[in-house]
Amino acid sequence: MKKESIIQVKNASKSYPIAGKEFMALKQINLSLNKGEFAGIVGPSGSGKTTLLNIIGSLDKPSQGDAFVLNKNIKALSHKDAASLRNYHIGFIFQVFNLLPVYTVFENVEFALLLQRNSANERKDAVMRALSWVGLTDHAHKRPDKLSGGESQRVAIARAMVKTPKIVLADEPTANLDSENAHEILKTMKKLNHELGTTFLFSTHDEKVMGYLDRIIHLRDGKIEKDEKNKS
Amino acid sequence: MKLELNLALKNLFGARLRTLLNVLVLSFSFVIIIFLNSIMDGWDQQAQKDSIEWEFGNGHLINENFDPLDPYTILDGHGKIPEKSVGLTPILDRQASIYPQGRMISIILKGINAEQTILKLPTKILKESKEEFPVIIGKRLAESAKLNKGDRVQVRWRDSKGTYDANTLSIVEVFDSNVPNIDNGKIWIDINKLWEMTTLDNEASYFIVDDQFKNPELSSWNFKSQFALLKSLKDLINQKKTSQSIVYGLLLAIALLAIFDTQILSIFRRQKEIGTYIALGMTRMRVVRLFTIEGSVYSILALIVGSIYGVPFFIYMSKAGFPIPPADQKLGIALADVIYPVYGIRLVLITILTVIICATIVSYLPARKIAKLNPVLALKGKKQ
Repeated sequence: MKKESIIQVKNASKSYPIAGKEFMALKQINLSLNKGEFAGIVGPSGSGKTTLLNIIGSLDKPSQGDAFVLNKNIKALSHKDAASLRNYHIGFIFQVFNLLPVYTVFENVEFALLLQRNSANERKDAVMRALSWVGLTDHAHKRPDKLSGGESQRVAIARAMVKTPKIVLADEPTANLDSENAHEILKTMKKLNHELGTTFLFSTHDEKVMGYLDRIIHLRDGKIEKDEKNKS
Repeated sequence: MKLELNLALKNLFGARLRTLLNVLVLSFSFVIIIFLNSIMDGWDQQAQKDSIEWEFGNGHLINENFDPLDPYTILDGHGKIPEKSVGLTPILDRQASIYPQGRMISIILKGINAEQTILKLPTKILKESKEEFPVIIGKRLAESAKLNKGDRVQVRWRDSKGTYDANTLSIVEVFDSNVPNIDNGKIWIDINKLWEMTTLDNEASYFIVDDQFKNPELSSWNFKSQFALLKSLKDLINQKKTSQSIVYGLLLAIALLAIFDTQILSIFRRQKEIGTYIALGMTRMRVVRLFTIEGSVYSILALIVGSIYGVPFFIYMSKAGFPIPPADQKLGIALADVIYPVYGIRLVLITILTVIICATIVSYLPARKIAKLNPVLALKGKKQ
């Protein structure tokens, strides 16, 4: 059976003006990801991992070339359409969690569903289900400042997963976690990948993460150096 | 909109001290603006009421040669009372001098029917008094001429032929009125006595008209309605209101500056939060709306907080009134010792709407910047 491709990047380049000069963060990237993959973009700092992730996440647009996510050309999307794509189909997990500090754990996770205008009952059920996936149902009414780093990242995973998106983009999700918490988080994400069929795409240079990935895309100086199945 | 409102409330309550300070400053502006306006409205109503009751009645019917603002017209500005005149209370003005404690003071003798009821002047006492020349004066003249009830004072006047005459007036009452125009330099005497003194029988300079009066088109007499008589007073109060609006403007500007400053600071400091909202699927315009609503909600919260301490203050002031310093009462305008503020629905609604609209505008102006933010840089918390 042919696998469904949900991310396609074609000859995508991205340049930024830095100190009056154009800096090429990505150079002619070609990449395709299928539904249900658990893949990672790996490379040193400045290699363009986050830039590629941001383009796939419709937060940024390629300077040249195209990126298609769920058959939508990121370059052609309006702000509104890009917001809708992120809201319904893409979950983000950030290195520093990016939880909204004045909201409780429940409210942070609920946020995406509020934007989707789901009913209160639907939201409550979905949030509690997402919190149970990450083992945080008991912390629903805590504020983020009362959580440990590992717990905060689990809330971020629940927030990304609560809307059951097709794609989750995780930018260095374990960079601020200790080893034990990092493994817990990765196991949780791997489990969700298996159970829900969600496509996970990481950007990382953490060895621990690499151990869990099914596919590793090596990026160096804005170019894909190697794209391989992980045999470990 | 409901989501943005909920989020805005959560963000504001989460910000605690910053919100409290902004809300307090804005609520103070609310209370002061409403209070100062209510004082002006209170003064307006009190001054109009007093002027009608003490001076204007339902209007004046003025001799064509008499100008109340021109003392040179007093001598010849009078005429015979029209026959079949209904609803008219004649007033005859004559120039005279009094000599209290050896000083000479120019005054106007105002003859009035002692039985009149159209004005609040206590003229009844002029009829009841056994004195030969009973007169009443206001507290301002009494104070400036150092005269008291029961005092006698020499008066000199000219009759219709120009002949000087003199006699002694007995002050039988000192009345207290908020209308300086009937008080400063005015001595009220029974018009029959003044006709006798001046040989100007059945003559008047002007009439106070009451609601029985139906014929404003009398030859030699010009009718000035109550509205026209009050116009200069209203103009004066409106002028005062305009100059006070500068104070409101400054107060409001200080409060709005605090909100503006907070909004700028918020957008500067909450870049990561803004980036997160966008990453989670909020459109930029929704984030702009969220921040604008946050700013507007300050005004709603300020309204609530202002009501908590403002309403008891307003109720207290409406009972206790606002005392006017004696110096201000000598300005020549109808000003009571104490002004009782009047809180009209219109005043409160206009103030509320003005503050909410201004707060929304100053919140929106910096929030517009969000629409231009790069979400990638915002997520990293980089200042843009």
